[in-house]
Amino acid sequence: MSEIAALDLSEFAEEVGVDDPVTIAGLGTRGGPVSGARPVMAPGGIVEVRADEMTVRCGAGTPVAELDDALAAVGQAVAIPPSGTVGGALAVGRSGIRRLGYGPVRDTVLQLRYVSAAGAIVKAGGPTVKNVSGFDLCRLLVGSWGTLGFLGEVILRTRPRARYEQWFETRSDPWAVLAGLHRPTSLLWDGERTLVLLEGDHRDVDEEARRVGLVASDTPVDLPTGGRWSLPPSQLHTLVGTGHFVAEIGVGVVHHEHPAPARQIDPAVVELHRRLEQRFDPTGRLNPGVSVLDARP
Amino acid sequence: MATMATTSAGPSGTHVSANGAALVDALRQALSDDRVRTGATELGLYRKDASNMEGATSVVCFPVTTDEVAACVRAAVEHGVPFVARGSGTGLAGGAVPLDGAVVIVTSKMDRVVSVDEVNRQAWVEPGVLNLDLSRQVAHLGLHFAPDPSSQQTCSIGGNIANNAGGPHCLAEGVTAAHVLAMEVVLPDGTVTVLGGEDPEPGGYDLRGVFVGSEGMFGIATKICVRLVPDPPAVRTLLLDFTTVADGAATVSDIIAAGIVPAAVEMMDQLCLVAVEGYINAGLPVDAAVALLVEVVGLPNGVEAEVGRITELARRRSVRTVRVAVDEAERALLWKGRKSAFGAIARIKPNYYLHDTVVPRSKLPAVLASVYEIAARHELLVLNVFHAGDGNLHPLLVFDKREPGVMERVHAAGEEIVRVSVDAGGVLSGEHGIGLEKRDLMGLMFSAVDLAAQGDLRAAFDPAGLANPHKVLPTGSVCGDVQAVPQGAWI
Repeated sequence: MSEIAALDLSEFAEEVGVDDPVTIAGLGTRGGPVSGARPVMAPGGIVEVRADEMTVRCGAGTPVAELDDALAAVGQAVAIPPSGTVGGALAVGRSGIRRLGYGPVRDTVLQLRYVSAAGAIVKAGGPTVKNVSGFDLCRLLVGSWGTLGFLGEVILRTRPRARYEQWFETRSDPWAVLAGLHRPTSLLWDGERTLVLLEGDHRDVDEEARRVGLVASDTPVDLPTGGRWSLPPSQLHTLVGTGHFVAEIGVGVVHHEHPAPARQIDPAVVELHRRLEQRFDPTGRLNPGVSVLDARP
Repeated sequence: MATMATTSAGPSGTHVSANGAALVDALRQALSDDRVRTGATELGLYRKDASNMEGATSVVCFPVTTDEVAACVRAAVEHGVPFVARGSGTGLAGGAVPLDGAVVIVTSKMDRVVSVDEVNRQAWVEPGVLNLDLSRQVAHLGLHFAPDPSSQQTCSIGGNIANNAGGPHCLAEGVTAAHVLAMEVVLPDGTVTVLGGEDPEPGGYDLRGVFVGSEGMFGIATKICVRLVPDPPAVRTLLLDFTTVADGAATVSDIIAAGIVPAAVEMMDQLCLVAVEGYINAGLPVDAAVALLVEVVGLPNGVEAEVGRITELARRRSVRTVRVAVDEAERALLWKGRKSAFGAIARIKPNYYLHDTVVPRSKLPAVLASVYEIAARHELLVLNVFHAGDGNLHPLLVFDKREPGVMERVHAAGEEIVRVSVDAGGVLSGEHGIGLEKRDLMGLMFSAVDLAAQGDLRAAFDPAGLANPHKVLPTGSVCGDVQAVPQGAWI
């Protein structure tokens, strides 16, 4: 078995450079590059799909759709939400509406290589599906909005594509539905209606649906885009009366028509952010002006 | 576990200065006399963990609240003395070994399950709660805590966080980092804060994520919000045995490539099968080259379909027998076989050294062949019992430490095993951590630039470098760290 060839990131590193303000650009689906800084793009392309390892290696500039097509060919998928580039999805770090079943985006990254503010190529993590060698820089970079380094290449954990999936609908209490089902993939609630996505063996899916009183539904989910709220799953019932929303039961992400309420950040956490930014990007040249503590809605 | 006979040049004897006495006074004021120990027994006990390395401490504290942990940390910092958090002391990489006379802060008396949210499947627990106790306490709700390291009867949740612990069932469920939502922590300057949250996107950097697996060098977790996982409605456990290691290993890759992620895929080699069978009489195939213990969980139809497909894949690799546990008793017996390996090997030789590396699954046959070759060359016995599903090897070198020169051979063989694993595209550790054991091997995986970035992360949490110093990062990665190599280290 030959070694997996890594992407050559030296050109990307040169492009990022060492001193002027730079911003990372992808497909512009998550707000695009910040203004007043020189835009750079990470290399794209799939380096290797390893179905027998359940891993894939690709450039951060690879469109998520391209990655999804390549994995579909081997019956696998990766748990990052559609649209834009892989790097963009990871930099923002937000999971899709199947997080309940698939887990969060941050858990998909095994190894990443990024270009630092000093223009150096840095490797974080390792290529295997399990690894506790050293500190977890991968989790630091996922969701860092390009403020600590620009992602160049990643190795991601894949998952088997479900053999069968079906959306259902019910007006029952969503928490009763959650309790009654074994590991649904998604459970969305708008205050009245609950939409449920089940995956697996079709006989199991049908039996589960029957037992809990779900009706098959192919109505597309229409998510409000005014704000993305994050609540403890136990607090989701307090959303009733706040406006139009779709809440991810069991997870706590809320797609809302209104912007998310401001949140209090503990001063000790603010201080940790300041020190990290100071260490990783002392002059603030990467995506200048972006603060992860008040990231875009 | 093997421990070196020692004449440790520890600072405890020579170093009890006025500063040391003042520190002990400050700790006694913060806690109470009986929970700040300086007796020879405690100092001897707490200067090592389950690895074969020893350090030295001059004082051991047993706080019971977050405030007390913070007070211990502040006292240590004010006196310029390092501190090390300790759970049950089951770590195998020396992560909890105190160096430079560090204050040992033991969290094992903080052992309450604080709250359980059955509906949303979350619980707040203190760090001293034992891994298996947590699962037992929520079992009546049909829930469990997924990470299940072999030490789960004795290891604590706090220690699981420090090492990002794994276990057989992490194949499908993920390791500890995937099961921790939030932590109340005492930072290395004594500040108390919360990292992460019960909510899914607390905002900012994933400080929760980086804290898990930080081996006590980013602070001390004092309260943890964990995810609980529902028990599966259906479980099937299979034992497959093969006449060659290659067939068994290829079956693992075939299962994964077929899009099946079993709950667990464990492998035992022949020497291990023989040892365990002699110990517990589970009817294990002692004449097989390897056996795979495969567990499939989920809803009944899906489970039966996967059992059928796994059996078919194994047949294509010339499986000899497929034993499917017919009931819970047989399932428990098969798992007992897997989990008794460490007890069983005591019948072969009195000491063992357990290794932990990960390789790509496709490299298992080649790397296992190398492991046998390395052990033979160093005239050591090696047993393999490990998490094959995720390529996580656990070669177990078995020896009698009274044999002259044997420790040198054990250490040399160990380092070769690590090198072979990394050369095969693997990593230094899958679940035991780096600690002291593999600190100086980090350069096999990471460049100086990579290590400097990890050093920056550490320095952001602990600018003074007093939280469990000298672990994980080799000399030079962190400014100001002076190398300390304890007794028993083979690095």
